[in-house]
Amino acid sequence: MKTLIARRLIEAVVMVFLTTVMVFLIMRFLPGDPALVYVSQNEIDTATPEQIAEIRHKFGIDKPIPIQYVNWIKDLAHGDLGRSVISNDSVNDEIARALPRTMYLGGCAFVLSIILGIPLGIVSAVRRGKTADLISTLIANVGITAPTFWVGIILILIFGYYLSWLPIQGWVSPSEDLWGGISHMILPVICLTVYPMSAVARQTRSAMLEVIRQDYIRTAWSRGLNERQIIIRHALRNALIPVITLIGMNIRQIFGGQVLIETVFNIYGIGKLSVDALFSSDYAIVQSVVLFMAIVVVLSSLLVDLSYGYIDPRIRQD
Amino acid sequence: MALENTMTIQKFAEAPPRISSTRRLLRVFMGRKIVIFGIIIIVLLTLMAIFAPWIAPYDPNAPALMNTLESPSKAHLLGTDQLGRDTLSRLIYGSRVTIIVSVVAVNIAAIIGMTLGLIAGFYGKVINVIIMRAMDTIMTVPPILLAVTIAAVLGGGIKNVIIALGIAMIPPYARMMCGQVLSVLKKDYIVAAEVGGASNLRIMLSHILPNCFPPLIVLLTMQVGRAVLAEASLSFLGIGIKPPDPAWGSMVSEGYQNLMIAPILSMAPGVAIMLVVFAANMVGDGLRDALDPKLRGTL
Repeated sequence: MKTLIARRLIEAVVMVFLTTVMVFLIMRFLPGDPALVYVSQNEIDTATPEQIAEIRHKFGIDKPIPIQYVNWIKDLAHGDLGRSVISNDSVNDEIARALPRTMYLGGCAFVLSIILGIPLGIVSAVRRGKTADLISTLIANVGITAPTFWVGIILILIFGYYLSWLPIQGWVSPSEDLWGGISHMILPVICLTVYPMSAVARQTRSAMLEVIRQDYIRTAWSRGLNERQIIIRHALRNALIPVITLIGMNIRQIFGGQVLIETVFNIYGIGKLSVDALFSSDYAIVQSVVLFMAIVVVLSSLLVDLSYGYIDPRIRQD
Repeated sequence: MALENTMTIQKFAEAPPRISSTRRLLRVFMGRKIVIFGIIIIVLLTLMAIFAPWIAPYDPNAPALMNTLESPSKAHLLGTDQLGRDTLSRLIYGSRVTIIVSVVAVNIAAIIGMTLGLIAGFYGKVINVIIMRAMDTIMTVPPILLAVTIAAVLGGGIKNVIIALGIAMIPPYARMMCGQVLSVLKKDYIVAAEVGGASNLRIMLSHILPNCFPPLIVLLTMQVGRAVLAEASLSFLGIGIKPPDPAWGSMVSEGYQNLMIAPILSMAPGVAIMLVVFAANMVGDGLRDALDPKLRGTL
């Protein structure tokens, strides 16, 4: 198990490194000259070639690409993500401002997708063919079908415009105003939860149906255990591995959803930040955001691998 | 003794004729009503896209500033948008973008991904490590963000959206193909082919590839639904085909501006997207039931 952890850790570091290279290269192909973007943003009317050269020097984009990469990594090691060419703010500040919003929304959606999706899947597997199965299968099938952004618009229409129950735009920090924060979060979190929850429900149902047929479940029944014990201790635990794999993948899915949902609800989080930065060739921000996401994704898949050992002792021994 | 023999022959003669495997596949595939529903939707959509100029009641891009944001009526079944364009006609023309982008992107991804997976699985060792780590690297970035980034680098336009989605969707194929190849490689018929002196290329193409297909075909069908969603997301964000040409995602986004006055403008294309994705998923489920009997009815 220890060698497994060590190997996976090394792999994780390699993955993050490869991602930095990939992102850095893609960013250098972005159309639009960052120096010219900077000039037009800061309303410098008469930019002489010397001034532009100076701006290039200031952002370090006058050097060859490999050196730019090394400089970027050096700055990263010092915790400096660079400077936005649009706002001229430090990228650290921009991300620090956007990150809590994305984490609140994504974290809630992630947790909800698990605590709603798994029971939904269990119910439909255990009550296969009954009304409960039909209802939860329907929910799950609709859930993986509906476009995230469109779900957002429907919720805005119903709960914002028709019923006027909830605010439909913007963000209030829950640490400053608890109810205000929660009420602003409800709709976006629902949107972000729908797809991953449905995917988890489908996977749980499928895995549970596979496990329920096994002999050891029949043995458990014949020993006279009650249904609850059999489902939770014997069936679910054995069905959990593919579900956890999917849950790990859902982190990517939720991040991707945030790109859309933060645009719909006008929340200035990581998703909206990255889209806006892409449209304005602000590559310092894009590469930092993508790097951040890559780290989260790699760490989460590491956790997923380690959790296999926790759930299934057979894996621990290998 | 003679009597026994005739009896055996009779028994065989009475046995039901063997059903060919194709017919069995078709029977399982078409067995569920929901799968047939999916097929009908997809056929209708394809016909709608092909015959759009004949079906659409109006020119999808012709503004009519006299009757903007009209509610549904006999003249305009789904109303008109902020420029007075007929929503139904735009919806019908928009199906072309949906079909072309999703089908072509999925096929590009499948061809590249399967080739990479085949090479990685067959040659193993260093080549496997390089290819699969590259796939893992692509997979660290959420597909939508990756597609948005690639599309931003390449610029808009339908061709570049196809390329962007095509690249973002490669890894699942490569991974699944690699896994399939590894399991097929252990089979006796591969050893037999090697002993028989078949070249590597021949073993890969005529012995391994056909035996890896069933799960990959299922993945391909499932990915069509994802591609439709991804294309809609990109055009919702304003990446993809240029206005005034209609795409379902950008129609949702345009309708969002006038949500209070004319909710149908974003509802209609959203329902269309859902129907198509649902149909693709159901056909995928049906195919899986037919090709992988072990999993029948579990999803």
